[in-house]
Amino acid sequence: MRLSEIGIFLFFINAAFSNNFIFSRFLGCCPFLGVSNKIETATGMGVAVVFVMTLASLICYLVYEYLLVPLGLSYLNTIAFILVIASLVQMIEMFIKKSLPSLYTALGIYLPLITTNCAVLGVTLLNQRSGYGLLESTLNGMFGAIGFLMAIVLMAGVRERLESSDIPKAFRGFPISLIIAGFMSVAFMGFTGLVK
Amino acid sequence: MNTTAIIAAIAVLGGLGIVFGALISVTDKVFAVQVDERVAKVRENVAGANCGACGYPGCDAFSEAVVKGEAPVTGCTPGGAKSAEALAGIMGVVSESMEPSVARIRCQGGCGISVDRYEYTGIKSCAHAASLAGGPKVCPSACYGLGDCQKVCQFDAISFENGLCVIDPEKCTACGMCVAQCPNSLIKLLPKAASVTVRCRNTQPPKVAMPVCTYSCIACKRCEKACEYDAIHVNNFLAEIDPAKCTRCEACVAVCPKKCITVSA
Repeated sequence: MRLSEIGIFLFFINAAFSNNFIFSRFLGCCPFLGVSNKIETATGMGVAVVFVMTLASLICYLVYEYLLVPLGLSYLNTIAFILVIASLVQMIEMFIKKSLPSLYTALGIYLPLITTNCAVLGVTLLNQRSGYGLLESTLNGMFGAIGFLMAIVLMAGVRERLESSDIPKAFRGFPISLIIAGFMSVAFMGFTGLVK
Repeated sequence: MNTTAIIAAIAVLGGLGIVFGALISVTDKVFAVQVDERVAKVRENVAGANCGACGYPGCDAFSEAVVKGEAPVTGCTPGGAKSAEALAGIMGVVSESMEPSVARIRCQGGCGISVDRYEYTGIKSCAHAASLAGGPKVCPSACYGLGDCQKVCQFDAISFENGLCVIDPEKCTACGMCVAQCPNSLIKLLPKAASVTVRCRNTQPPKVAMPVCTYSCIACKRCEKACEYDAIHVNNFLAEIDPAKCTRCEACVAVCPKKCITVSA
């Protein structure tokens, strides 16, 4: 799926829908289930992930292409990417703490946990494996993260309604959330094969 | 062995680490947040059980409210006088004296003492038992001993002896969580000094109250007459002690025919 072959619109559809990180690749399920209680915090988390994934894709590409490959150290990609992501998340945490304290308290432990959000590391490794260039990597990271944002906000919308519905006691809380996540994943299978 | 490759790997990762470390410390300076250091100090001196007895969502919120001046320094009941004093010191205010309280169980009707209405074999919950045909005991205000209060106690202060709730006054912090749990409202927060208590809540007329329990109050008013300090009164077929007037002379304890007035630790 090269950007030059399919154009930016289909590239977006591919990254955000057909290969949605949560529903197709099953990456980043921890924040997806952990922070999807309220639409507001889910949006905050999603936006933070968009920010981290876009920047991580960009910086990881530069680090890989201009530092690791010329020195013949491409086997160090995973650990180098983790380093980049961890530092980025640290800086974003400080930024949010200063500018949006309410979002900071709402996200709580899940904000530093973006570090271990496998969607972020996943996108950087996938970019590198697909042989994407600078623009493609950055766009793939951003679009993939927008797919994540959409998924987590949709899930939060459903879970807000679940709060007021009459659910059998055994299914309340996480069980019904996991069932809903499964249904949404099945629905997203409809996007497979849309981009060829 | 390719030493250059090893050195290059170390140099690259180390270099990346140093660069990102420097960037983080710069960001830390740029986006530094001024946090009132008193909040952290207050947080250290509260009980830290996140019990919610203060009315704030958790100890963190309470600490912030104290520093803002919204919450009183005496707000942390589990922390007691010790925490109130420490908080008053941090905030630079004089703490009004805080009388230590303790939760007291006002029933003595354990197994074989309070008469059973039926044998309860359902789930272990007082609330559930109370909803079945008026409860498993004939007395409408008896302790069922199924442990609803014990479940919410975060301080391990409640135990059961012979099917009767026993509260350890040493462990009890008067957070008040158990008070709301008892379906018969048998637990009440009382001043720790008020050791003489009427341990019965039965408000039935004497004829009905007499046979239901060994230790039921039958409103005979002997305690009322024995009290020289006007501290004990029988209202609604039940004796009650005013802890403010009681001098702990124990005259009422001596005259009570049903032994429902006791001296606690």
